[in-house]
Amino acid sequence: MSSAASRMLPPTGRMLPPAGRLGRLRRAGTDAGSLRLIERHARAYRHAWLVFASGVFEPLLYLLSLGLGLGVLIGKVPGPGGRLVPYREFVAPGLLAVSSMNGAMYDSTFNVFFRLKYAKLYDAILATPIRPAQLALGEIGWALIRGAIYAVAFTLVMLALGLVHSPWAVLAVPGAVLIGFAFAAVGMAGTTYMKSWQDFDYVILASMPLFLFSATFYPLSVYPRPLQVIIECTPLYQGVVLLRDLVLGAPGPGLLWRAAYLAALGLAGLLVTGRRLARLLLV
Amino acid sequence: MLVRARGLTKRFEDFTAVAGIDFDLYRGEAFGFLGPNGAGKSSTMRMIGCVSPPTSGELAILGLDPVRDGSAIRARLGVVPQEDTLDVELTVRENLLVYGRYFGLPRKVIRERTAALLDFVQLADRAADKVDPLSGGLKRRLTIARSLINEPEILILDEPTTGLDPQARHVVWDRLFRLKQRGVTLILTTHYMDEAEQLCDRLVVMDHGRFAAEGSPRDLIARYCSPEVLELRFDPELHEQAGDKLKDFPAERAELLADRILLYVTDGDEALAAVRETGLEPLTSLVRRGTLEDVFLHLTGRRLED
Amino acid sequence: MVRAFQCWLTVYRRIWRSSIWSSVLGPLFYLGALGFGLGTLVNKHGAASLGGVSYLAFVAPAILASGAMNTAMGEASYPVFGSVKWNRIYLAAQATPLRPGDIYRGHLMFMTMRIAMNTALVTVYIWAFGATRSPWVVLAWPAATLTGLAFAAPIAAWAVLLKTETTFAYLFRFVMMPLMLFSGTFFPLSQLPGWLRAIAYVTPLWHGVALCRGLSLGTANLPGALVHVAYLAVLAAAGIWAGGRSYRRRLYV
Repeated sequence: MSSAASRMLPPTGRMLPPAGRLGRLRRAGTDAGSLRLIERHARAYRHAWLVFASGVFEPLLYLLSLGLGLGVLIGKVPGPGGRLVPYREFVAPGLLAVSSMNGAMYDSTFNVFFRLKYAKLYDAILATPIRPAQLALGEIGWALIRGAIYAVAFTLVMLALGLVHSPWAVLAVPGAVLIGFAFAAVGMAGTTYMKSWQDFDYVILASMPLFLFSATFYPLSVYPRPLQVIIECTPLYQGVVLLRDLVLGAPGPGLLWRAAYLAALGLAGLLVTGRRLARLLLV
Repeated sequence: MLVRARGLTKRFEDFTAVAGIDFDLYRGEAFGFLGPNGAGKSSTMRMIGCVSPPTSGELAILGLDPVRDGSAIRARLGVVPQEDTLDVELTVRENLLVYGRYFGLPRKVIRERTAALLDFVQLADRAADKVDPLSGGLKRRLTIARSLINEPEILILDEPTTGLDPQARHVVWDRLFRLKQRGVTLILTTHYMDEAEQLCDRLVVMDHGRFAAEGSPRDLIARYCSPEVLELRFDPELHEQAGDKLKDFPAERAELLADRILLYVTDGDEALAAVRETGLEPLTSLVRRGTLEDVFLHLTGRRLED
Repeated sequence: MVRAFQCWLTVYRRIWRSSIWSSVLGPLFYLGALGFGLGTLVNKHGAASLGGVSYLAFVAPAILASGAMNTAMGEASYPVFGSVKWNRIYLAAQATPLRPGDIYRGHLMFMTMRIAMNTALVTVYIWAFGATRSPWVVLAWPAATLTGLAFAAPIAAWAVLLKTETTFAYLFRFVMMPLMLFSGTFFPLSQLPGWLRAIAYVTPLWHGVALCRGLSLGTANLPGALVHVAYLAVLAAAGIWAGGRSYRRRLYV
């Protein structure tokens, strides 16, 4: 709607009325600013489509290596509700959650930092009607679109390999996007505080233990109880369980809590990012 | 009136970049901010470009408030920043297409304007090339084309030719002059005399965040400079000694630079003869007309490139 | 060459603090998650396929060798490319009497030092966790460092020629990731179908992993170990030869 509105307007603001209907329409037109950034990224990736496509392979390779290679050594493990499931069925939704996190973090940290400090992309964009909050929204929107494409691809592969036994698995795609949203927003908020590439060591340092310890590769029950409590508080663990319950067909009311937790995290990150970008770029 | 500023001030923590300046800017004119690095030119430009909120004072652009209506104002401005901010992940043509979309322009309009603008800056044959390998001059021209995609009412140029070779500078000046002929309002900063003289109808000399003088290039020279200037260069050993001797020389003013001595006089040849009579023999001498550089030296005691 | 190396040491002294945590904690995380966490699952059923050792003992030398590869790829990709394109350390070095070959070997020496630092640490971890069965594990340290060098030398030689950094995405996705996952690291190659096993046998990481594992578990025999070492050494030497040439091509323009 808003982009259609902007299309109806005269191309330059030569006769901009100070207020009134046309004024509101114009403002609505610029609110589509975040879409323009997404459009820019889509265009930029046309020159690097293979990089884009290769993102599909990473979780797939993990699935083949762990699910099929290692799975034989492990046999069955307790899934949702203690029911025993083959290891590959156990690990597949976990890998989807992990790759959603990693993809979102990569887009919102490395790429955003590069655009912020080196490519000066945001400086160029802020000379146009687009506002800092729209920049933040656009970056995160792009990370989500990309994440959704990868999630669909991975879910289809799970289906093809016979790892899906429940129609609830359809919700794994929005679930994965939600995980991506939470981590993209938090990652981008963190990026606005970074000074140099060396600071990315902290990104790795934060995401690596999440990746390894969030009950992705083995059930929570291998930990002693105090450790279990700590891990239950981490967002990736909640995301892993969310997807695992959906794909293995055991959704419960906990699903809503987990989704709300991830959504709240994402919104908080978004808020901080919008403010920080304004402070960094509008000085 | 397009821009009106009263007591405009910009402070960064303990540093005052712009210390309360007043100016008015009218449609169709080319207005220049002249000054050394750190004089507050870029800060002023960023405030006009609505990407830097003023610390205090009044600023109205196109009759709007840059803090509240920044987005609406920016829709009507074109900006050529000091450092190129071209999108290196895109081609030359895509840079214009995507930038036009940032303004919410319809694709059809952007396509038409892109073709015209690439012709205007003579980049049509590079349209499908990536941006990165372009030379500095070509990048500048593309940046100028990009800033025109929304047919701006005001074009803001921050040191448009700094770092370009002489030939590339002339091409840029030519294009800017054509824009001026078409009635586009230009605001530019520079620390090149020739640039200011070529392009600006009116200019201010800025130093330490304040205006030291204001007027047309010709006015400023008439007001702050003698008709002729005698430049003398002595043996470095004798340079200071000569400076001391010439302190009481009957000139309007004498300026002792690191490498030369400038005497501001009515008749340069006469003055040179008078210098020789005092027993000083310069290695080289040059009689020339007063320029904006001399105005600047007079007003700030600094040379522009410093 | 030594002077170029010293230049990198100076740079490193400025930035070491930031990479120290992931160097120190990263392998600990991996050993913990895989060796202990995943190990509890594997040890229940799979001990027989691992030749009777615990999963920790099986996977620890693989973490050592693949960690060396990771460090090598990290140090030989973006930093090399950036030294031409971004901070231009190479171009500054070129204005001195250093020749392109010296610049390359100096930087490679620095990379080798970084690899050796990380592998030393992981070797100590393996020993401290009791994940080793043999005193020969001390030789796993140079073995893993050689593995890293076998990656760093050719990759740096290639990275200096690149026009855009997006190409590294392919290196990490299509080379590093499959190597890490299928080189007998997390599960024995016997789990793979025959044709895939044949491919794995010619990859450098498999040789590195097999060498380190043999030393750590005390199952290595001299001829086998020599084949692994020779393979890795040839790769490193070929890389060093290519690097001298490619640096000259890129920096003498």
